[in-house]
Amino acid sequence: MHIELIRRPERSAWMAFLSPVLAIVLTVIAGFIIFVASRVDPFGALYIYFIDSLTAWWSIQDLIVKMTPLILIAVGLSLCYLSNTWNIGAEGQLAAGAIAGSVLPIFFPDWEGPLVVAIMLVMGVLGGMAYAAIPAILKTRFGANEILTSLMLVYVAGYVLDWLARGPWRNPAGHNFPNSRQFSDGQLLPVIAGQHITISIIFALIVAAAAWLLLRKTLTGFQIRVLGQAPRAGAFAGFSQSRMIMIAFLISGGLAGLAGVCEVAGPLGQLRISVSPGYGFTAIIVAFLGRLNPLGIIVSSFVLALSYLGGEGVQIAYGVSDQIARVFQGMLLFFVLACDALIFYRIRIVRRVVAAAPVAPAMEATRGRV
Amino acid sequence: MGVSELTGLILTIITAATPLLFASLGELVTERSGVLNLGVEGMMSVGAVIGFIAGDLSGQPLIGILAAIVAGMVMAALFGLVTLVFIANQVASGLALTLFGLGLSALLGDRYVSVPGLGLDRIHIPGLTDIPLVGPVIFGEDPLIYVAVALAIGVGWFLFRTRRGLIVRAVGDNHVSAHALGYGVIRVRFLAVLFGGACAGLAGGYLSIVYSSQWTPNMTAGRGWIALALVVFGTWLPLRVAVGAVLFGAISILQLNAQGYGIAIPAQFLSALPYLTTVIVLVLISRNRTLLRVNTPACLGQAFVPDR
Repeated sequence: MHIELIRRPERSAWMAFLSPVLAIVLTVIAGFIIFVASRVDPFGALYIYFIDSLTAWWSIQDLIVKMTPLILIAVGLSLCYLSNTWNIGAEGQLAAGAIAGSVLPIFFPDWEGPLVVAIMLVMGVLGGMAYAAIPAILKTRFGANEILTSLMLVYVAGYVLDWLARGPWRNPAGHNFPNSRQFSDGQLLPVIAGQHITISIIFALIVAAAAWLLLRKTLTGFQIRVLGQAPRAGAFAGFSQSRMIMIAFLISGGLAGLAGVCEVAGPLGQLRISVSPGYGFTAIIVAFLGRLNPLGIIVSSFVLALSYLGGEGVQIAYGVSDQIARVFQGMLLFFVLACDALIFYRIRIVRRVVAAAPVAPAMEATRGRV
Repeated sequence: MGVSELTGLILTIITAATPLLFASLGELVTERSGVLNLGVEGMMSVGAVIGFIAGDLSGQPLIGILAAIVAGMVMAALFGLVTLVFIANQVASGLALTLFGLGLSALLGDRYVSVPGLGLDRIHIPGLTDIPLVGPVIFGEDPLIYVAVALAIGVGWFLFRTRRGLIVRAVGDNHVSAHALGYGVIRVRFLAVLFGGACAGLAGGYLSIVYSSQWTPNMTAGRGWIALALVVFGTWLPLRVAVGAVLFGAISILQLNAQGYGIAIPAQFLSALPYLTTVIVLVLISRNRTLLRVNTPACLGQAFVPDR
């Protein structure tokens, strides 16, 4: 028995919508099995994981706080992945944004006010962009693989952040904790709802809408999609691949930087040795689950933010390690990618192969490759 | 520096290079067949935790190593299923494998964080091992280091001196022609992916059982990614990959020693050195495009759907 894929005459719009849903269902089933294997009541654990966080206002607030960086980063990454550019170093660009955005409040503790916050945001964006420009330039100038360089720079950024927070930028009056000084109120983003929801969620929604417009209504958006799906056609049309790599990296790096500065000037309120629980990596899953569509990303960021809270929830209720959140997130991405095959292919299960298929003539074989 | 210190330094550099060598040799074979598996870090870290647990339960380091290999293969099979059968994007699936593997290993190893590991004795041949410098380095390593060297030579021999190796390279360079000639592209690739998983699992097992002899979450610390870079650095040739592995082993050990001597550079900058070196090395090697073009598998990362 083996599985065979049969190409659909055209892409299935139904499946494009259903495959993320199917992936979530499969993740829940796999989660059920994991909980049973860990000798935990699976129904109770799944309830706490996926439902419980939605029943209290404080945890819904937490959900929105976690959705914000995920949307910002995933929207940028989706532009990269659509154009076939592989920035996987958003976690480092986030750290760079957090560092650059912290310069003003750390060196000029007395400077406060909306203008200061605005400059902090701009510096955060520029920090993320500058850091993302490194792998982009190394790629366009020297052809160095951007997947590996952008990822290596995550580790480098992590060490720089660690050094700053423990060393030169540590709060002298902070009892040796590896944190910077607490930013004053006039250096923080305004809270718009509840206790922690800052204006950054509005930024995230605007960014998603803008990216949607960029992709649907502008020439750049068209170039992104052409260069992603048919690079040769794009080259013949005169679209520059290197220009696109720069654009994709600068946008995604800038947005990751924005997410970083929004963390330090928002929920954290200071620079710490760690400014993100892996948002830069989780956002990769958000981008794919949202079908690389900025509006889909808003929905999928909700699912992934829920997975963070769910992990904390089952740790408190059942003593399961909160690392289970990362297992759920990884499984989800796997299922999403596998289910995507259903969009272009029908699955046929062949019970038994009686004889080997005749060798296709060479012409047939070459024609099949597009 | 005396002879004994120099011997110690060389020994630790070789031990640091070994997991990199295992993982990059496996990935080299996988990539030669045309599949880019970015999940090395994930397979390594699951190999590390499963190997550690199996070693702890059985009390036998070798059983731990075997379990690590099997765990790496199971992870690789998952990747093979998703990318080769369901033709999912290889880059994204590899990332998924890494994220999943790091999470799964942290979950599985939760209760093993402070458990002491088994370690693996170095071999000792009376007379030979006692020769200064040469003795311990050539005749006094732990058994897996000899396995790593043999693997490097074996992979080179297999790929370039055997018919099956030729088939693997043919599948990686032109899957359409290989298919037309009657070779099972998917089957060959699946086996190559499994080999890559076995090697990554072994690398992980080596880390947790022999190298650090303990389990800590994220203990692979980017070594899987460095192994991926080493394959590019070695331009898909096993012996060059081995040279690269020793080079990186040396950098990671020398920066640790520099931290120990209290050099006036912040420790974080020294720790960042291996990662920065990877970036620089990638840039240097990528500048020479002809060198890369000769050896890069032409179908690397491309999905293949056979038309019947």
